[in-house]
Amino acid sequence: MDKFTLRNVELWYNDFKALKNVSMDIEAHEITAFIGPSGCGKSTLLKSLNRMNDLIEGCKITGGLMLDGEDIYGDMDINLLRKRVGMVFQKPNPFPMSIYDNIAFGPRTHGIKSKYKLDDIVEKALKDAAIWDEAKDRLKKSALSLSGGQQQRLCIARALSVSPDVLLMDEPTSALDPISTSKIEDLVSELKKEYTVVIVTHNMQQATRISDKTGFFLLGEMVEYGESEQIFSMPKDKRCEDYITGRFG
Amino acid sequence: MDAINAVTWKDKLRGYVKNPFSGFLFVIVVLAALITFAVLLFLISYILVRGIPHLNLRLFEWEYNTANVSMMPAIINTVIMVVLALILAGPLGIFSAIYLVEYAGSGNKLIKAVRVTTETLSGIPSIVFGLFGMLFFVMALGWGFSMLAGAFTLSIMILPLIMRTTEEALMSVPDSYREGSFALGAGKLRTIFRIVLPSAVPGILAGVILSIGRVVGETAALMFTAGTIAQIPHSVMDSGRTLAVHMYALANEGLHVNQASATGVVLLVIVITINWLSGFAAKRLVKGEN
Repeated sequence: MDKFTLRNVELWYNDFKALKNVSMDIEAHEITAFIGPSGCGKSTLLKSLNRMNDLIEGCKITGGLMLDGEDIYGDMDINLLRKRVGMVFQKPNPFPMSIYDNIAFGPRTHGIKSKYKLDDIVEKALKDAAIWDEAKDRLKKSALSLSGGQQQRLCIARALSVSPDVLLMDEPTSALDPISTSKIEDLVSELKKEYTVVIVTHNMQQATRISDKTGFFLLGEMVEYGESEQIFSMPKDKRCEDYITGRFG
Repeated sequence: MDAINAVTWKDKLRGYVKNPFSGFLFVIVVLAALITFAVLLFLISYILVRGIPHLNLRLFEWEYNTANVSMMPAIINTVIMVVLALILAGPLGIFSAIYLVEYAGSGNKLIKAVRVTTETLSGIPSIVFGLFGMLFFVMALGWGFSMLAGAFTLSIMILPLIMRTTEEALMSVPDSYREGSFALGAGKLRTIFRIVLPSAVPGILAGVILSIGRVVGETAALMFTAGTIAQIPHSVMDSGRTLAVHMYALANEGLHVNQASATGVVLLVIVITINWLSGFAAKRLVKGEN
């Protein structure tokens, strides 16, 4: 089943056209990777899936973006959209508060007050993000005392705390060491059972390892989109092949 | 065993002999630091030495009269003045800073206008504020010499300070915090009050403390607005002198120079206590959030 349906999406930052006529379907319970050189529009597209682009002045979008058949830019409550479509950023960005409060912030935002429920949610989110064992004895400690890799898994847990359908990940491992990266990759592969994951990455091996589908972007265009196996073994487009084989980018 | 990377006095000296300019610079910066420290130390000890011998219990009697020259009413007035000025300027300054940083777009013309205004306001000598306060609050509005007129005048004076420091504090909160909060479905209000403001508290507090310092130390803007009556006012519409004004008046009259010195000691102690308390409060607040 399609989670996202994108039709003729075009996006401008003032006069600069950052996305050109992008149409694609993103399958539920799969990992979809966006790859391409810097500035190709892949992060921009990712951010238009949960309307984080709204925060940028001069950003204009046309075309159709649907989540489960509902128009994302229509009547949908933007805060509820972001609850359904969680996001993990490039740099770990835990709030300057305790580990517990970091995770509880989301559920509290959406009206859960009972301590008992919150405890449950925090535990489940931390377990789902594979950081429970490291964090369970220091829930009251500042989240900033964690290492970079732990902080990123905490941010994943925080995103999971509001039980979203979709997890958007914007280069989630680019600031991390190889061990933390592989932990997060394992985690993401695990997460697709429950969630739909869309991940932007600069790391082609990463896309090969974890993604089911891959979209290759260049200068705001979606050049090729298909099964990752096919894209990485026999890309149809010459530009995509050049990028994957490292001839440019 | 000696560390092999230890730099001894001799090594340093040899370096400076080899490079005289570096040595010269070293002497200059050390001297500058020493002079600054010495001036401060001299100032404080001078005030203490001149003032402490004249401190006595009579200076702290509730009623002021020419026999005891009590500063108790002035101390209480100072506290009232600080509280009033902060009640007026604090929320206004903090909220307008929130508007400028969190709500107004970067191309907003109002931002520029407000910034020019605040910068101009903060450059105006306090006597001008005093004059304005007298003409407007005291005379035009007919409030007379009153604590309220003084507090309004002071609040206009400290408004730019609170606003600027709050603005700086808000701008130094990383955007990634805001993004993280929005991405969880938190609205603007919740993001500002739960995420942004708590992170900015130490900076905001620093601005508030600077403002308290200005209120406590202000004389020129108060003389013509709050007046110089040395009693505890019955209401905010009564006149009352703060500690700094009290000290100025004593020294000006020339009859109670010793008591003025003693007042100076108390003022100094109050300012140091405020500084210490605020540092403590900032630490506690930040810790509470973490």
